[in-house]
Amino acid sequence: MPTFPRIVITGVGLTAPNGNSHAEFRANLLAGRARIATVDVRYMGRHPAGVCDFEATRYQRRKELRNGTRAGSIAIYCAREAVADAALDWGGADKARTGVYIGITEHGNVETENEIHSISQFGYDTKFWTHHHNPRTVANNPAGEVTMNLGITGPHYTIGAACAAGNAGLIQAAQMLQLGEVDLAIAGGVSESIHTFGIFAGFKNQGALAHHADPAKASRPFDRNRNGIVISEGGALYVVERFEDARRRGARVYAEILGWCINSDATDAVLPNPGRQSECIRIALKHAGLEPRDIHLVSTHATATPLGDIQECHALRAIFENCPETHINNTKSYIGHCMGAAGALELAGNLPSLDDAVVHPTINVDHLDPECALPGLVLDTPAQAGRVETILNNSFGMLGINSVLIVGKPRP
Amino acid sequence: MTKEQVHKIVLDIIAEIAPDEDLSNVKPEVRLRDQLSLDSMDFLDIVMELRKKHGIEVPEADYPRLASLASCGEYLLPKFQARGA
Repeated sequence: MPTFPRIVITGVGLTAPNGNSHAEFRANLLAGRARIATVDVRYMGRHPAGVCDFEATRYQRRKELRNGTRAGSIAIYCAREAVADAALDWGGADKARTGVYIGITEHGNVETENEIHSISQFGYDTKFWTHHHNPRTVANNPAGEVTMNLGITGPHYTIGAACAAGNAGLIQAAQMLQLGEVDLAIAGGVSESIHTFGIFAGFKNQGALAHHADPAKASRPFDRNRNGIVISEGGALYVVERFEDARRRGARVYAEILGWCINSDATDAVLPNPGRQSECIRIALKHAGLEPRDIHLVSTHATATPLGDIQECHALRAIFENCPETHINNTKSYIGHCMGAAGALELAGNLPSLDDAVVHPTINVDHLDPECALPGLVLDTPAQAGRVETILNNSFGMLGINSVLIVGKPRP
Repeated sequence: MTKEQVHKIVLDIIAEIAPDEDLSNVKPEVRLRDQLSLDSMDFLDIVMELRKKHGIEVPEADYPRLASLASCGEYLLPKFQARGA
């Protein structure tokens, strides 16, 4: 096996429904503060959704906002915040050796639905279809908008990986840095999904769209009465570097990326496969050179669908049953399912645990489903873990894509 | 309908598509691209908004006629008058 350079995370930029900075997001996770709104969904009435309220004009002119996409705007905000957080000498950075790798669940649905609605006001005459449609809907759009905003001339693309995409963006960055294709990467995941009715209608007709009188209680993974997914927007992008480069410039290191795996169920388009999920976890552990007992925090993917949560719990139980130091939590109970951003945001919410050894709880579990009663599951109040030296981040998606990322406490 | 009213219509469209621009002192005889930050996509937006909001068609061959507010007035006024606006 060749020896690859060590890869580290040195900057975090994010927007979540309950926080527009890493510090605010973490504080709300520790305080048990969910933030889910209700929104008008075209043709469908009001539904709970996670809405971000970051200040888009901080980094974009109003014309850029008008011409670009919501996913692009979220990506720009997160990228600029991450670059600032990494304390990079951005003016002196080699933009040609910088790569942008952004995970997305889907892209283009929002703009396409909007344009179809627009031309419906004109008898479906396509001469009223906007010339902005193609640059808005090409699949690289969010990453491309970042390069234009930041003057990055290295590679950029999105990674289409359903709801496993946040991890996939980071994995791509680690691989490209290890191969020497780039010297710096901006990577993670974004989602604008709350602006497409199609995803709401699709989940509703699949019996997988959450509903609750109190929107903040609608996303309830592991609860016996969970009834589906709260769709959310958001983003989390990281500055990722080779350890030696980070050390040379005196960067603060949040975490080292220790291992990962992406695999495929090859069984069903929507029903997860716990066998393949646990296999994905085991391969990531092997990649990291770790045993299950070495993982101190597992960030679950669980989306609050009746069956999906149980499937993931089967996968986790098979691996972590006898690991007394392993804590398990879930972030979607606060912010809903941020789709392509989910894995990246959930990792961000847990990263500070490597510093303070506090594990944020899973909330909204009024009646724990016995099938989800995993040992180590942290409910309601933060857990003082004693030590958190490693985090294993699960992120799974439709068409049976599984991604697992393992990060560890910075080492000298 | 007067040329000045056409100028106002075009400026209202520009205010919408280029909201960062200061339109308080746009000189009618100077090319819009020489005094505002507008690109070819913005001019396509102007064409689209004329079509959507006012039912005015500007064939591609005539796009140069939208270069300045004054030329817009000259070119578009008969079109607005023909629509009875």
